[in-house]
Amino acid sequence: MKRKESIFKNAGFQSILAAVICVVIGIFVGYLVLLAINPAGASEGIVTIMKNYFNYPTKPAAMKYLGNTLVKTAPLLLCALSINFCYKVGLFNIGAAGQYVVGAGACLYAALALKLPWIVCLVLAVLAGAIWGMFVGFLKAYGNVNEVISGIMLNWIGLYSVNMLLAKVKEPTSPYTFNLAATNAAAVLPTLGMEKYFSNNRYVTIAIPLSVIIAVVIWVILTKTKFGYELQATGFNKDASKYAGMNEKRNIILTLMIGGALAGMGAALLYLTGFEQWSTTQSSVPAMGFNGIAATFLGGLHPIGTVFASYFIQHITSGGAYLDKAIYPSQISDLISAIIIYLCGFVLFFKFMLNRRIDAGAEKKAQAEKLRAEKAAEGKTETETGKPEGGDAV
Amino acid sequence: MAENYAIEMLGITKRFPGIIANDNITLRLRHGEIHALLGENGAGKSTLMSVLFGLYQAEEGTIRKDGKEVKINNPNDANDLGIGMVHQHFKLVQCFTVLDNIILGVETTNHGFLEKKKAREKVMALSEKYGLMVDPDAKIEDITVGMQQRTEILKMLYRDNEILIFDEPTAVLTPQEITELMQIMRNLAAEGKSILFISHKLNEIMEVADRCSVLRRGKYIGTVDIADTTKEELSRMMVGRDVQLVVEKKDAEPGNVVLEVENMTVASRVHRNNAVKNVSFKVREGEIVCIAGIDGNGQTELVYGLSGLEPLVSGKILLEGQDISRAPIRTRSKDMGHIPEDRHKHGLVLDYSLEYNLVLQRYFEPEFVSGAGFLKKKNIRKYAEKLIDEYDVRSGQGPITIARSMSGGNQQKAIIGRELDRKPKCLIAVQPTRGLDVGAIENIHAQLIKQRDAGCAILLVSLELEEVMDVSDRILVMYEGEIVGELDPKKTTPEELGLYMSGAKREEVHA
Repeated sequence: MKRKESIFKNAGFQSILAAVICVVIGIFVGYLVLLAINPAGASEGIVTIMKNYFNYPTKPAAMKYLGNTLVKTAPLLLCALSINFCYKVGLFNIGAAGQYVVGAGACLYAALALKLPWIVCLVLAVLAGAIWGMFVGFLKAYGNVNEVISGIMLNWIGLYSVNMLLAKVKEPTSPYTFNLAATNAAAVLPTLGMEKYFSNNRYVTIAIPLSVIIAVVIWVILTKTKFGYELQATGFNKDASKYAGMNEKRNIILTLMIGGALAGMGAALLYLTGFEQWSTTQSSVPAMGFNGIAATFLGGLHPIGTVFASYFIQHITSGGAYLDKAIYPSQISDLISAIIIYLCGFVLFFKFMLNRRIDAGAEKKAQAEKLRAEKAAEGKTETETGKPEGGDAV
Repeated sequence: MAENYAIEMLGITKRFPGIIANDNITLRLRHGEIHALLGENGAGKSTLMSVLFGLYQAEEGTIRKDGKEVKINNPNDANDLGIGMVHQHFKLVQCFTVLDNIILGVETTNHGFLEKKKAREKVMALSEKYGLMVDPDAKIEDITVGMQQRTEILKMLYRDNEILIFDEPTAVLTPQEITELMQIMRNLAAEGKSILFISHKLNEIMEVADRCSVLRRGKYIGTVDIADTTKEELSRMMVGRDVQLVVEKKDAEPGNVVLEVENMTVASRVHRNNAVKNVSFKVREGEIVCIAGIDGNGQTELVYGLSGLEPLVSGKILLEGQDISRAPIRTRSKDMGHIPEDRHKHGLVLDYSLEYNLVLQRYFEPEFVSGAGFLKKKNIRKYAEKLIDEYDVRSGQGPITIARSMSGGNQQKAIIGRELDRKPKCLIAVQPTRGLDVGAIENIHAQLIKQRDAGCAILLVSLELEEVMDVSDRILVMYEGEIVGELDPKKTTPEELGLYMSGAKREEVHA
């Protein structure tokens, strides 16, 4: 009984629709908050956030700041992929933030203190993140320690260790680490001439295309390989994968190592551009790892969707910086982007609601088409198909 | 009005998206009769009872009690009308006493204080009247399944229910307990209670019921007087064709020892004692050895120990002479098929497609994965289609159907196909027919015997007495983690088996 499926039943379409709904509601709630604080600038304010670099009147300026948004999208995307990858295996890698931090520490120390070239710095950041993830994996696999708890604790251990380490390469008069390009030009990621398209924005490097390539690689690993088959089987059903002889402990550790490697690489893709310097007095874990959670869910838990979601979230975050500080307190940009990001996490919820509506609609339709349904029931497979969980108890 | 029925369900239709679970079904229950409701899995028995009990609302049809139309919107309405139900899985609070469980929800109180004395008197009176022996002060977790079921029955009687629904009540009982239950049901009917007895076990229906209504694929087939019918006729009504009720097989021709277990001890996950204690046995090629026993006597852990899901405390397992006592699961599963007890927990990755599930034990073989680690999806599809075809696995969308959306019987067929197609030298089948209907059971038994005749050594773990008696060539009875008896199915009786299963009888076994 092949019936034409509604486009709303298509999983991919659902993800996109749910993401759009989240974004719209997020922007609307953000607008309400602006209204509550100061009605005068609210409409203009929300438009400013959405416009981000388009706030600049000339095209070259806009392109330059588009470059800046992309520069920060790359690390966010890597953090989001880290969380996405682990989530597919049934692990919630909130420790991505800490893995990102140790990645930053490793690449900056290697670049500024050891004067190593960028490729080595990048590899060291990946390794540092992987080791940090491995700790979480070991605790989970052999001690059954929840990965969220150990992840959060390691975030803080990572932050203060990195602060201590990078204090050795900080400017004498400020808490910031040395300027990367001035100290070790060989450690700056190559641009391959891409800066020309972004009004000579020298922070636009291979980091941006590289991050998109990594997203594709992650997608391929998850859907096309034996490794991905095993990992997702472990994520869906630990017991069945054990039954099938998969090494569940090894898979958990490996997953978190890969997650850590991705997050650590994300840090290198930002700090090895020289776009930001590390503040050795910072007392909160950088938001990059946490924003990655929102980007993952907004992207429908799909590596390719995550590319677009990461860009959107970075777009909002960067746009927030242009809010009129005369009308709104300076924290407002973070607040508004936080609200929008928060609602992005509701993608799964909207998907769930959507499915419920569709099912309810289908039932009504089935009633209306009683005759036809009865005829279909004569068919040989009626007891096997389309039956809801709850109705299976007969 | 010709006759006054206790309950009449007229023209009941209940739909779920994409399926009609009950299609214009009529069921009439007389006063004081035991009325069996027979049907395969998915025939609509439970849905119909859920409608009667108020768990579902029917889209069409009416329910009458004593000739008057009634509306049943939830279980409380059902209870007010005197309809009670013993569910297949008991709804009892484990850490409460029997008495507490019986009065739960209908407690008599005096200024907020429980009046247990009155309640106790009523319970004791009921228990005496119907021969339902229980200890009112025992905690549920400490008493046998049989006594738990009697507690459930007392719960219904305490609420003065007149119409009693028993949902597959014998599935969890020993033969002795089943006999007792049959007697209790007869007592209840003699006292004027009307009983609906859901079952797909023909023997029990023939023994205890007065009439029987048969459902098939959501449709009402008919109602017959048990006195005028036979098992064969009932099964034909249920399945829609003639069914081989007796398993046909040749005598076993056991060959070399394939699986040898020596002094195996396996720890329990739930309590401190070992669940399997010093067990030794052998399985030879071309024979089906059955582990019989009441649920929870160490069978699960025995299989975990054999398959490697749980490490051994001590002892040795030899597969074809190779010591696999400490071997990883994949090494064992190369020559050992395993149809697991819990198909949802171990047997399937429910969120994976059917084709992915069908290669769960083989995805790493060169046929399905390239040297670089990429899955060969075309081969997986081809293999899946072959198995689906050979083992008649029915699903909505073929290979890409998500396993979760398939019916239990077809999920089981998929697992059996997957395990048998690997041509294992030894097969461990744990309750392979649990929850399946007669037609599917017939098919699975035939498959097992075919494997046996092809030289496979089969260890069958079963709680179903009929299966134990019909399929096996040798029976080992497990009681409290030990093998307490070895029996020949041709020479023993269900009653003798029951004595071993309940621990009343034992012998030293070195199988």
